[in-house]
Order: sequence, then structure tokens, then C-alpha cells
Amino acid sequence: MTTKLLLDARDVHRSFGATQALRGASVTVERGELLAIMGPSGSGKSTLLHCLAGIYKPDQGEVWFDGTRVDTLGEAKRTELRRDAFGFVFQFGQLVPELTALDNVALPLLLAKMPRRRAYAQAAPWLERLGLSEHGTHRSGELSGGQAQRVALARALVHKPRVLFADEPTGALDTLTGENVMNLLVTAAREEGTTVVLVTHDARVAAYADREIVVRDGRALTTPSSAVA
Amino acid sequence: MSVPLTLLGLLARGEPTHGYDLKRDYDSHFANGKPLPYGQVYSTLGRLARDGKVVGGEAEPGDGPDRKRYAITDAGRVEVMSWLSQTVEPEPHLQTVLFAKVVLALMLGEDAAGYLDAQRAAHLQRMRQLTELKRTGPMVDALLADYGLFHLEADLRWIELTSARLSALAQAVAEDK
Repeated sequence: MTTKLLLDARDVHRSFGATQALRGASVTVERGELLAIMGPSGSGKSTLLHCLAGIYKPDQGEVWFDGTRVDTLGEAKRTELRRDAFGFVFQFGQLVPELTALDNVALPLLLAKMPRRRAYAQAAPWLERLGLSEHGTHRSGELSGGQAQRVALARALVHKPRVLFADEPTGALDTLTGENVMNLLVTAAREEGTTVVLVTHDARVAAYADREIVVRDGRALTTPSSAVA
Repeated sequence: MSVPLTLLGLLARGEPTHGYDLKRDYDSHFANGKPLPYGQVYSTLGRLARDGKVVGGEAEPGDGPDRKRYAITDAGRVEVMSWLSQTVEPEPHLQTVLFAKVVLALMLGEDAAGYLDAQRAAHLQRMRQLTELKRTGPMVDALLADYGLFHLEADLRWIELTSARLSALAQAVAEDK
């Protein structure tokens, strides 16, 4: 039977030296859901995203993805999971500067051993879809911040990941460019049926999500519902 | 801001209180440069007494317009607690209502943090509706939605900052008692 639940973090603790970033954070994400993780700087929201994505191993607690326990997997298996099932967008596009925009988008497919011709054939429409068809041969230094972030979005979605993790994806962009990136991100995720976990401190960005949780002092607070006076 | 509910909230602290002292407490916490006229204090208390939300004691000897102490009734307490537990319809320029609710919640030992969390959720829910309108509607609607979104965002930033300062605010309110 297929359940709605796709990601499940249970009582996750994570420290960096003496600093406790997470102190028992729990969160669930349903298939196809767009969840925003909000919270002030240093609250642990990015650490929670990294634990959900199998980048960090929690010190304590469990992380599950589609019925598989992620936190007990070895490094190689977690790398494979991240490469095949997850896509990532960070605040700064983190494109490979020596490669063109099209090369960058094709990269996840090439790393997954897809034949070169097929990889490029699959990557090119993504540039067009995100309004970048004229920039395929440009290197990252020749792209604006918004263009680079759209290339990063195309790269994150090209291999049809089950989950897109986005950490402050518009944090380095002006309001209008950020809105453009969020519109494209939400539209593409909805069309592809991709689940999205979005970390942001910006309420206007969080408002693109279906639901939000707030991380405070390393714990995730489910937002209460309440009658309106 | 609702003067009757705020006066009821001040009375919900416990002790029966003279109208003069209520006005002083109101002015010190909620007046924001616009002190409450005596006439409004006593007319409001009169209406609250008529509606069974407060009861006035015997008039005490002395000068002045009203020497009664007023106490909140069970019905008045129910009304003020119900008001405090409800979030406000998210719309621009709510700061006085939000502020009054947070300060009164702290005075009464109620869950001010929980109230702010609920209000944040209500604001975000409204922002989601406006964002969807922007994404799918015509440009004119998008511009109007933007206006609402920026104002709601300002409220939210105040909610976040107040949440972060709640311990200090609780201390300040306790010291003013």
C-alpha cells in the first residue's frame, strides 16, 4: 500500500562541537507536498534540511525516506540516494564555473552514467523551460544571479528527483528576480509531482509552500491552527 | 483596539479596581500617546456592568466622579479569555491589537508565545492565498496582492521580533505591575 508519507524525521538531535543545532526535531513531509521550514538565523532549520536529505547523520533520532531508514545507511548508499532521488538548490547556485550552463544542467545525468548524447538531449529542454535557451553556452561568470539560480534549478530537477531540497534559494536575489525563481520552482515541482522542502527565513517565500513549520532552538514547531476573531 | 476588552483584561488580573487606576494602567501600557478620557472609562465600565461583564461595589466616601471598585464577573472573564485565544483577521495595520493581546496575555500569565505562533500561522495562511492569486491572476490583481503581502510581511516581522523578545517583555510587564 502506498502511504502519503514520504519523509519522516523523528526526534533528531545534531551537534557541532559544543553547539546543539537540533534538540529533538520531528517533521513529516507528504508526497507532492511543498513544505517551508522557517525560523530565525541559527535556529537549526538548515541542519534539519541536511539531516532530511541524508547529508548529515543525526547524533540521535531517525530519518526515513519512503520506508527506508536513511540515517543508518552507509556513506556510499546515502550518496547514491542523494544523487538519484534528491535534487538540491542552495542560496548561491554553486554552478561549476568551468562548465557552460548546459553542461551544468546535464551534469547529474552524466554522473548517473547516462550516455552523453541522451543526457544533453534531456538537459536542453530544461533550459528552455526556465527561459534560458539563449544562455546554454554561457559560463556561470557570464550569467546574472537570477539566471545562475535558474540554471541551478534546472540542474536540480533534470533527473526528475523525488524530493527537491532548497536552502534559501532566493536569499541572494532581489525581490522581483526571487519571485521569478520561486514561480518557476513551484510550477516545475507541481508539473513534475516533485516534493519540495524549502528552507527560508522570508515569509514571502514561505507563502509559496502548502504548509510551514517553524524551527526554534533546535526544535520543530508545527504551526497551530486557530479561530480567527 | 477594543477599549472594553482591554479594560476587562486589566480587571482579569484579579483585584477589584477603581476606574482611576484602570485608566492609569491603560494609559501606561496601551495609550500610545492618546490617554483614555475619564468619561470613556466610566461610560465603558457602565456598559460592561449593564452587560454583566463587571460588577461595581458600593461607592466609597470621597471626592471624584466615581469611587467604586469594579470586579470582573465569570462572564467577563470568559469573554476576555476567548478574545485572547483568537487570532486576528490578518490585514494591514494590526499592530495595536496584536500588541494589546500580547501584553495582556503576559499580564494574565497566559500563553503569549502560543498566541504569536497562532497569529503567525494565520498571517501565513493569508499570504499563501495572496501568493496564489498573484501566481494565477492578472497583473492588476498581482499588484494589489503585493500591497497586502508587504504589509502582512511587516506584521510578521514584528511577530518574529516580539517572539524573540518575549522574556524581556514579560519582565518589563511584571516590573510595571
